[in-house]
Amino acid sequence: MNTQALFSQLLIGAINGAFYALLSLGLSVIFGLLNIINFAHGAQYMMGAFVAYFLLQWAGLGYWTALLIAPIVVGLLGIVIERVMLQRLYQLDHLYGLLLTFGVALVIEGVFRNEFGSSGLPYTIPPQLTGAQNLGFMFLPTYRGWVVVFSLVICLATWYVIERTKLGSYLRAATENPTLVQAFGINVPRMITLTYGFGVGLAALAGVLAAPIYQVNPLMGSNLIIVVFAVVVIGGLGSIMGSIVTGFTLGIVEGFTKVFYPEASNTVIFVIMAVVLLVRPTGLFGRAP
Amino acid sequence: MKLARVLVLALATVLAAGASSAQAPAGMSDGVIKIGVLNDQSSLYADLAGQGSVVAARMAVEDYGAEKKGLKVEIISADHQNKPDVGSQIARQWFDADKVDVIVDVPNSGVALAINQIAKDKGKAFLVSGAATADLTGKACSPNTIHWTYDTWALANGTGNAIVKTGGDSWFFLTADYAFGHALERDTEAVVTKAGGKVVGKVRHPLNTQDFSSFLLQAQASKAKIIGLANAGGDTTNAIKQGAEFGIVRGGQNFAVLLVFITDVHSLGLPTAQGLIMTETFYWDMNDKTRAFAKRFAERDRGIHPTMIHAGVYSAVTHYLKAVEALKSDDGTKVIAKMKELPTDDPLFGKGTIRPDGRKVHPAYLFEVKKPNESKGAWDYYKLRATIPTEQAFRPVDQGECPLVVKK
Repeated sequence: MNTQALFSQLLIGAINGAFYALLSLGLSVIFGLLNIINFAHGAQYMMGAFVAYFLLQWAGLGYWTALLIAPIVVGLLGIVIERVMLQRLYQLDHLYGLLLTFGVALVIEGVFRNEFGSSGLPYTIPPQLTGAQNLGFMFLPTYRGWVVVFSLVICLATWYVIERTKLGSYLRAATENPTLVQAFGINVPRMITLTYGFGVGLAALAGVLAAPIYQVNPLMGSNLIIVVFAVVVIGGLGSIMGSIVTGFTLGIVEGFTKVFYPEASNTVIFVIMAVVLLVRPTGLFGRAP
Repeated sequence: MKLARVLVLALATVLAAGASSAQAPAGMSDGVIKIGVLNDQSSLYADLAGQGSVVAARMAVEDYGAEKKGLKVEIISADHQNKPDVGSQIARQWFDADKVDVIVDVPNSGVALAINQIAKDKGKAFLVSGAATADLTGKACSPNTIHWTYDTWALANGTGNAIVKTGGDSWFFLTADYAFGHALERDTEAVVTKAGGKVVGKVRHPLNTQDFSSFLLQAQASKAKIIGLANAGGDTTNAIKQGAEFGIVRGGQNFAVLLVFITDVHSLGLPTAQGLIMTETFYWDMNDKTRAFAKRFAERDRGIHPTMIHAGVYSAVTHYLKAVEALKSDDGTKVIAKMKELPTDDPLFGKGTIRPDGRKVHPAYLFEVKKPNESKGAWDYYKLRATIPTEQAFRPVDQGECPLVVKK
């Protein structure tokens, strides 16, 4: 394999990694603060893509508006779920939250599949981002380049807000000791609700980004979520930077597998997960409890 | 760490989930003809077969007037999730416990080959519409199986030949990594080489792949004129859509879609799908009878127009009932023998026959997807390029190495 091909596969891997990173970031944020393993994340990602599709079909609003509105709409739906259901589970074992969100995901996906079938619906690339750049070593679709840059910016911004700002320090403090933080006059339950909404919004944002690349398909989330959970396990739960770095890295690893041994490309991440769990059960970036 | 363990456990649960989703009412007495429609009802092949095949089977039973003729027919269905083990387990339960007499459809060649063997062992009938591998009437042929609608040989022969003739003489395959993809790739490669073309490379991707960019880059680097897609359903649509993004066609390469259904074209939209050439054995807009069928079908299946798989299920079930009525028995082996004996005739495929190796034969058609301005609306997608007559549409009976034929 020549260097040209190597570079192009590296880049392709990074693009897929961008999706892994965005999704696992949302999961990490939610887990960090709510202690909920949000299995509905894949369904919420799918809903993001569908909201973009609806906006285009019914309201004539294009990609750029969808990029803003879809995460808000889906985030609000997430907030409803948090208020109505999840809130009741915080005192219980992780398993309950996991089962509830898994059930919610099945219901949402079932409804969409029933309504829209399994073949998927078309969503085109916005005109500003069509075409491709010849990078010398490869032919890079402009849209894919946009996805990498945009998600990297979102990931780093999220990291910055949580790790480096005052709001972030409240969030982190509330994770450690909610009672104490509340005693300082901070409305912890509302903060938790908004955080869940934000995490869900991140998933929806990834969905909008994915819509022009894949078909808008009710199954798009369930295909991805398993891999993303593996990414989270490898990176270590609750570590923000960990999920970003792991997301991109594993995308690249998967990309290379597609060249050297394509048949294994859908299993390689799980093999890595198994190895990481054996060697470092807390994940690569996780802290010991 | 406890949490990690919980997560891994949860992952395992999700992967295994749904294995129990097959529902089959038990405890049927005999005297009932029980038809089991087994296919993918929840994943990438659910629109091209799925519930639509159940609808088609129901329509066949109703149109045949089974009840008036004193035949009691019951239809059940299940989701095999594209897993041969799940499919086999359902088939065994259906045959052993639920007294199912015939299993129909079964897209996914891997699952179909497994059930082919089970039906043979248990002396039951198996009517294949969805699965593609030509091995079902080749090395794996069985006195209990009829392969109805199409197969990999017919696809390769129709589309492969047409493309090589128009100058597409160097190929790179993107192949779904299971029985179907391998069979389709093998049969197409044979056609291409025979017609003077060559295969410069191939890559095998896992079933249900979302991202094809890496494979497409490999195909691009191969400089082959034609990128042959030996896959189906969501895999095909994703590959074509992403191919457009990577400028495959603008770069002077073309796709050969070896198996594509009208539901896939619908999902891609004409701007992306226009110009694709494919082989099918049925299109809803062929004549008044097919149009009438499509109209009734669409009303019952969320507006989806029938694919050739749906049409094949309808046709196969109709002929099955005819044979059962003539024979006055639903013994699997005997019914299949009777079906081969009787000539077939139905509104969708017209008159036809079934060969000793289990191959149902009829003409195949080479279609081209219309340009957006040629289409009169949703589902008006194909124009006919050529008709491949019955004798040429399928692999000659003596070339399949089917033991049932060789013995003679």
